[in-house]
Amino acid sequence: MSLGYLISLLYQYLDNIAFLLLAALGLMIILGVVNVINLAHGELIMMGAYITTIAYNRAHLPLALCMILSTIGVGLFGMLLERFVIRRFYNDKLGALVATWGISLILSQGTLLVLGPSMESVSLPSWTFSYGGYSFGGYRLLLFVIAIVVVLIAGWTFYYTRLGVRTRATMQNADMARALGIDTRRIYLLTFGAGSALAGLTGALYAPTTTIVPLMGNQFVDVAFITVVIGGGTNPIVGALTSAALLSLISTPLSSALGTFIGRIGLLIAALVVIRFLPRGISGYLQDIRYRHMARVAS
Amino acid sequence: MARQDTGLWRVLNGPQELGRGRVFWCLFAFVALGLLAYPAVGSVFALSNLANFCLYVPLGLGLALLWGYNGVLSFGQGAFFAIAGYVYGIIAGNLTEMPAGTLLAAIGGIAASIAVAGAFGYFVFYGQVSNWIIPLLLLVLSLILETFMAQTAGYQWRVGSVLLGGYNGMTSVPSLEIGPADFGGASIAFYYLVIAVMLIAYLGLRLLVNSHYGHVVTGIRDDVERTRMLGYNVARIQIQVFVLAAALAGLSGILYVSWGNYINPSSMGLLAATLPVIWTAVGGRSSLLAVLLSTVTLRWLADTLAVKGGEYAFLIMGILLLVTMLFFPAGIVVTLARRFSSRKRVLGKLKERGAG
Repeated sequence: MSLGYLISLLYQYLDNIAFLLLAALGLMIILGVVNVINLAHGELIMMGAYITTIAYNRAHLPLALCMILSTIGVGLFGMLLERFVIRRFYNDKLGALVATWGISLILSQGTLLVLGPSMESVSLPSWTFSYGGYSFGGYRLLLFVIAIVVVLIAGWTFYYTRLGVRTRATMQNADMARALGIDTRRIYLLTFGAGSALAGLTGALYAPTTTIVPLMGNQFVDVAFITVVIGGGTNPIVGALTSAALLSLISTPLSSALGTFIGRIGLLIAALVVIRFLPRGISGYLQDIRYRHMARVAS
Repeated sequence: MARQDTGLWRVLNGPQELGRGRVFWCLFAFVALGLLAYPAVGSVFALSNLANFCLYVPLGLGLALLWGYNGVLSFGQGAFFAIAGYVYGIIAGNLTEMPAGTLLAAIGGIAASIAVAGAFGYFVFYGQVSNWIIPLLLLVLSLILETFMAQTAGYQWRVGSVLLGGYNGMTSVPSLEIGPADFGGASIAFYYLVIAVMLIAYLGLRLLVNSHYGHVVTGIRDDVERTRMLGYNVARIQIQVFVLAAALAGLSGILYVSWGNYINPSSMGLLAATLPVIWTAVGGRSSLLAVLLSTVTLRWLADTLAVKGGEYAFLIMGILLLVTMLFFPAGIVVTLARRFSSRKRVLGKLKERGAG
């Protein structure tokens, strides 16, 4: 095993982590705070990719600006969704699941009808370099850096801002938070908007790397769902990081040696095994450990 | 009508299902007789079409039992449908010489669905996961199976003498044959088989949900912890119901393959995973009858719309689902039935008061 091969594995590992983090973080934040699974997440990612592609190819805006447009546009759309649909399902998780599934069908089939089966994609910025016979894409590394920056921003908002304190209070006990004067509906609205904006950003970032088709959201959601299930909604930031790191550790060698399909099967089996023992996901388990520790210290 | 209040009849008319009055059963008998008499007047094409709509009923009823009565939502019914269909195709294609080959294949197909559902159920139900995880993982399972089957094109992907066929699907699968009867897609025998399966599945599930066991099943839906505290093995019952629903989906899958002699990966894909959920939600998941009606109606609707283009069909299904969830959370048929029966009750009370 040469050094070049190891570096190439590491590169794939980082690439996989970035993909899982970006695909799942928005979904996970929404699950953790609003306690709703948004099955239309893949279609929100698709919308982000479409906005970037259209803005870049038709309006010829700079790529970075297109991506910001996607983020804001999909975020606003998510807030509309929350206001008119999700709000009715706060106490009915399965209901929310099914309703967002309806939205997902409407969005994907609507896009297919309005914009046709495919679209010319944005050309990938061709920054490549090679080492030991393996070539690496600079854009992929940039994606990893962006993923980490996004997680840092989310973590900072969560733990070091007033909004974050209110959000965590809402997560812990919504009734109590409301009694203390926190407008929990506003928190839910903003969180859903933020999660959707992350989906828009993900779509925009990956638009240059894939073909732009109405059903492109699917390739994101299956791994995103597994990441969410393993991470758990108890603490979205910790859950997303640990889950993405663990799953990439499983899928990278499997995909590299046996192909992408076996990699995905490996992820599904990993998810089944993990929830058999940690039904609330990694972040739920970590929280249990912390509470137990706190109880021991207190007594 | 045979009376009453004892044994099987009482169980059949229990409180877990709509339609308990004399009028309902007369109507039920009328429709059943009508369906049985239909071949006398209908063309072969119409019969074959109707059979195609009705063969999805066991799948829909299975999901109604699982979701409406046991509180477990599943996006995997399409996958179980297609697993049974594919396994049936593989076994039947290899055993063409054997006399009871297709019957064996049908049993094998349903067994395969049961095995996958049982293994999956072991992890999720004994793990006691929260209820949103199960549909999510089943959705992932469907997606993975679809990608797998879609790439099985080419000669190296064959089992015995049967080619899996990749995205083009598995073709010329033999129809079901039991003894002398050949249940090809366009035959009257197949039509009768489908109608019989549909009625037996409905009445059988109706007995099940109104039995003691059925009450435990709904008890789990209403409060898992309470049912566990009452001493029931919740995980085991949930697995049993899950496996039963998968077996019913597999039954539909085998009927489907026998009808069309063909199955392709999109039958286990994302859209196929969705449709049963739409039928169940739109009809009303708390009633088997409502799901039966909505399954046949929406299959017919989708078929009619598909002539104008598949995108419209799925777009309209999506809108229908969203509208139902927003405005008729109990389902359209169930909401209508409740409104009707509450009006009747009020009218009856008024009449009593007038008489007294």
